[in-house]
Amino acid sequence: MIEWITSLLSFLPSGWVTVIIILIKIVVIVLPLMLAVAYLTYAERKIIGAMQVRLGPTRVGWNGSLQPIADALKLMFKEIIIPAKASKFLFLLAPLLLIGPALAAWAVIPFDAQMVLANVNAGLLYVLAITSIGVYGVIIAGWASNSKYALLGAMRSAAQIVSYEIAMGFALVGVLMAAGSLNFGDIVRGQEGYGFVSWYMWPLLPLFVIYFISGVAETNRAPFDMAEGESEIVAGFHVEYSGMPFAVFFLAEYANMILISALASVMFLGGWLSPLAGLLPDSVFEIPLLGPLLGSGIHWFFIKIAVFLFFFLWFRATFPRYRYDQIMRLGWKVFIPITIVWLLVLGIAILAGLPPWFSAA
Amino acid sequence: MLENYLPVFIFILVGVVVGGVMITIGFMMGPHRPDDEKLSPYECGFKAFEDARMKFDVRYYLVAILFIIFDLEIAFLFPWAVVLKEIGMFGYAAMVVFLGILVVGFIYEWKKGGLEWE
Repeated sequence: MIEWITSLLSFLPSGWVTVIIILIKIVVIVLPLMLAVAYLTYAERKIIGAMQVRLGPTRVGWNGSLQPIADALKLMFKEIIIPAKASKFLFLLAPLLLIGPALAAWAVIPFDAQMVLANVNAGLLYVLAITSIGVYGVIIAGWASNSKYALLGAMRSAAQIVSYEIAMGFALVGVLMAAGSLNFGDIVRGQEGYGFVSWYMWPLLPLFVIYFISGVAETNRAPFDMAEGESEIVAGFHVEYSGMPFAVFFLAEYANMILISALASVMFLGGWLSPLAGLLPDSVFEIPLLGPLLGSGIHWFFIKIAVFLFFFLWFRATFPRYRYDQIMRLGWKVFIPITIVWLLVLGIAILAGLPPWFSAA
Repeated sequence: MLENYLPVFIFILVGVVVGGVMITIGFMMGPHRPDDEKLSPYECGFKAFEDARMKFDVRYYLVAILFIIFDLEIAFLFPWAVVLKEIGMFGYAAMVVFLGILVVGFIYEWKKGGLEWE
């Protein structure tokens, strides 16, 4: 495929060909991601509907299946309102600061043993850095709107994101200690061996749970959606946005949910690895059709992401919203002490070569 | 080595461009009928009576400062965590001392009520 495109473009200078191939790969990642975001909103409405004994969307297309497309079209034709007192440039810059990182972080996520756009050595550091930029989008959106609700929402949201980022960072340090590498491919390969038993979620269980809960808080999802808090500050930092800029915020939030799910799968659930590989005899994986299905591959990665996304929706349907002081208490007084203690325990486990995860060391 | 980062750089540009294109489409497709009421900041049914860029609680500022300290600490832990298996017990002990100092500060801040929100 790549050779074919290269030969097709051979009249161009080689630098251009490289860039065009990279662009094609990016499109191959971004388009399905956009589609996944669209249908995540549909899944959310259907699943929460079912949990609350409602039907969810049913009108547009078969069983409402074209609803996300209709929503996107509707938002496209809505007026973009820029409040008179807003800082126009910053007001329009803020959504870009959120969507850019939410998409760009996918550059280093390995989908399969070979399928990764940029196999960089500092992958995890890059993800930590690029996802931190999102908070600028939130704070600039709130400030540039020049509205009280937006400012209050932005302050709350920024303080919350920043607090949970610390717990998240500590959880990442745990993964690093276990894997001994910043490269996502190496992190996944470190979890090979005895199927699901070898996944890092077992020795890192507290960090895994904290990472995922912090991820929910980072994306401002229920039950940590104080930033939106419809009942008190209407919609938080994006109250003044309408039409496409609002759609971009929405897209960024859902893209971030998928990103958090993907990162959790890669770091704690062995990414593309099959939960059965290494547990069943090799002959099982040579059965036609069934074998490749049970063996490691990109489909396991997608299944794991889907499970995490289901948790996001489940949380939203189940838990009442936290109070703000409870959110901050959970982040600072519960998660940070637990992660620090667990890093010390983990250090001992790694140096002692606890089998089956760290026995190679 | 460094050319591995070219796709990352291009992806960042593409991410921003995607957002920019979407907003531009919105500007082209949508109507433009602004009026005074529509362009005023959202308020529950009455005219805004003061500027929105008001004073806010100092605790947000405090959280930001604490965040910098802890985030720096995580940045220090990263290289240590990668080579932990090579540096062994000595490296571990050094990090315990480092974390110990930080935890003392953390306890002080906790006792002083720097983490209280109500």
